[in-house]
Amino acid sequence: MSILVDRDTRVICQGITGKAGLFHSQKCREYGTPMVGGVTPGKGGTEIDGFPVFNTVEETVRKAGANTTMIFVPPPFCADAIMEAADAGIKLIIAITEGVPVLDMVRVSNYLKGRDCRLVGPNCPGVITPGVAKIGIMPGYIHKPGPIGLMSRSGTLTYEAVWQLSNLGLGQSTCVGLGGDPIVGTSFIDVLEMFENDPETEAILMMGEIGGNAEEMAAAYIKEHVTKPVAAFIAGRTAPPGKRMGHAGAIISGGSGTATEKVAALEAAGVVVAESPADMGTAMQRAIERRKNG
Amino acid sequence: MKIHEYQAKQLLAQAGVAVPPGHVARTAEEAAEAFNKLGGPIAVVKSQIHAGGRGKGTFKEHPEQRGVVLVRSADEARENAARMLGSTLVTKQTGPEGKTVNVVFVEGGVNIARELYLGIVVDRQAGGPVMIMSTEGGMEIEEVAAEHPEKILREPFGPDGLYPFQARKLAFALGLEGAQVRSAEKFLLQLARFFITNDCSMAEVNPLVVTKEGEMIALDAKVTFDDNALFRHPDFKELRDLSEEDPMEVRAADTGLSYVKLEGNIGCLVNGAGLAMSTMDLIKYHGGEPANFLDVGGGANVEQVTEAFRIILADPNVKAVLVNIFGGIMQCDTIVEALLTAYEKVGFNVPLVVRLEGTNVEKARKMLAESGREIISASDLTDAAKKVVATLGA
Repeated sequence: MSILVDRDTRVICQGITGKAGLFHSQKCREYGTPMVGGVTPGKGGTEIDGFPVFNTVEETVRKAGANTTMIFVPPPFCADAIMEAADAGIKLIIAITEGVPVLDMVRVSNYLKGRDCRLVGPNCPGVITPGVAKIGIMPGYIHKPGPIGLMSRSGTLTYEAVWQLSNLGLGQSTCVGLGGDPIVGTSFIDVLEMFENDPETEAILMMGEIGGNAEEMAAAYIKEHVTKPVAAFIAGRTAPPGKRMGHAGAIISGGSGTATEKVAALEAAGVVVAESPADMGTAMQRAIERRKNG
Repeated sequence: MKIHEYQAKQLLAQAGVAVPPGHVARTAEEAAEAFNKLGGPIAVVKSQIHAGGRGKGTFKEHPEQRGVVLVRSADEARENAARMLGSTLVTKQTGPEGKTVNVVFVEGGVNIARELYLGIVVDRQAGGPVMIMSTEGGMEIEEVAAEHPEKILREPFGPDGLYPFQARKLAFALGLEGAQVRSAEKFLLQLARFFITNDCSMAEVNPLVVTKEGEMIALDAKVTFDDNALFRHPDFKELRDLSEEDPMEVRAADTGLSYVKLEGNIGCLVNGAGLAMSTMDLIKYHGGEPANFLDVGGGANVEQVTEAFRIILADPNVKAVLVNIFGGIMQCDTIVEALLTAYEKVGFNVPLVVRLEGTNVEKARKMLAESGREIISASDLTDAAKKVVATLGA
């Protein structure tokens, strides 16, 4: 089954006539993702490299049966694009855009409350179910179908982890990039719940980083609700306080959000935490072995 | 983006938030004039730097001088400002190197009845701003949170700002009464609106004062704007004080790179923020010390990689450099092309270890090997860390 993405997924790209939007729509199509078109207001009725272009998201739902979107519009327009997708009845909204103002995301979270849709991101690499569909900017070929569910606040670090898993013969059920911003649509806990309920996911690997307390909350959730083995890596053990480390959300403020606190919380919840980023794959192996041996 | 206290207070005053009267001074003479304009009998001379703890901070050049001083005459204002301006203020937030004071703010005295704490931050869990208040004015909120969590009040609010009932709830919980409550209600509503309309990521008023006349007034003010929202506020550019920022960090940002200087001696160049942080951790794990965080982003071109190398090598502590690239959409051979061009342009004088993985890696490794450059190639993350640490031992 996998999570979020399946055989019924029909994807559009908001911002498809932009350079990044088009490039990644092509890459997704090459991977086998059912891309049914894109949206650029004012360019409706045209076509770009075989993708039909629509003026509104509502039109893509009505005319092309879209149920999923990936958003590449520039930061000032991202919040509006997300709300348009939700209003049109899109069920899965994946916002790749980096640099969205945080108060825009506050408005978006309020708007999405009570609506039947899920937002992943913004500032994320997207979602991939290997062998089925990729919706985002990750390199498809490093992934292999398999039993590991993966979730992360980062991009290239996730590719690194996928690479390690694939080399160890551990394929992935679904990989979810949550995004590096302070306010994102989907949390570790949301994905943990989905992975726990997904029969194809047998174990979970999470990549966290400094800033906020999403990892501590995930640890508490794992302790209570997750029966599958979990491994983790937390980036930023050497990060100084008060400095934003690339991601808007990756900052230690007021002494909280440190890697040490997060590692301790995860270990206390029975999670195998990799000491080095070179050991993310082997940490997953150890977590699975530990479970087998009782 | 951080701004100075005096700038924050000017903006707050424009937004209808009560602040004491005050004047900016860039010379000792201006400080004396400011005192006279305020009319006495007392005033406060405050060093303007982007760091807290100024009241307890002292100057490298004048160990007896504090960063914030109460004065009773124009002469006193002049003398204190003379010692502050151009000197280096060290507080527990500046680090031992301290920060140079270029501006002082001379502020009129206030009849203080009570000192409170007020902060607004964007709470990740609540998914929005939250106003945090406590009766413990002047204390750091982290300390209060640790010692007396029950004394901390929290009111979340949305894009509409705070509602009047929430402001009253806070005011009564803080033990305010009568005219104080009305003044507080106005102050808190205006401040919340200020936070929203200016895309703040943090606003702190500590201490927040209730005067003997019953008025709520911001005795201090610290405001940080959301960098991602600066496009909506082009006028904020003028508020930026580049002398408060690390010149290399500014230079990196101008090239679209994300750079943070650290204390170690192994420079790193990585694509992606998460991987860049992890690379620092990796170096430390293998006994080295990272000299920086540097994310070249997803679409690194020759100019960016060249500039990145220049920035890394401009740090005299750097004794070796580790490049860690996971080529996804950005292909490894493209990166190597940029690396080799940059290597030539920059003129490397320290060992360079390169670890590549991902799209077109075979081609990229071949290019590196055939380049004839003295570049140490690493097969995986651990190998890379060991090799770069080893270059220092030799």
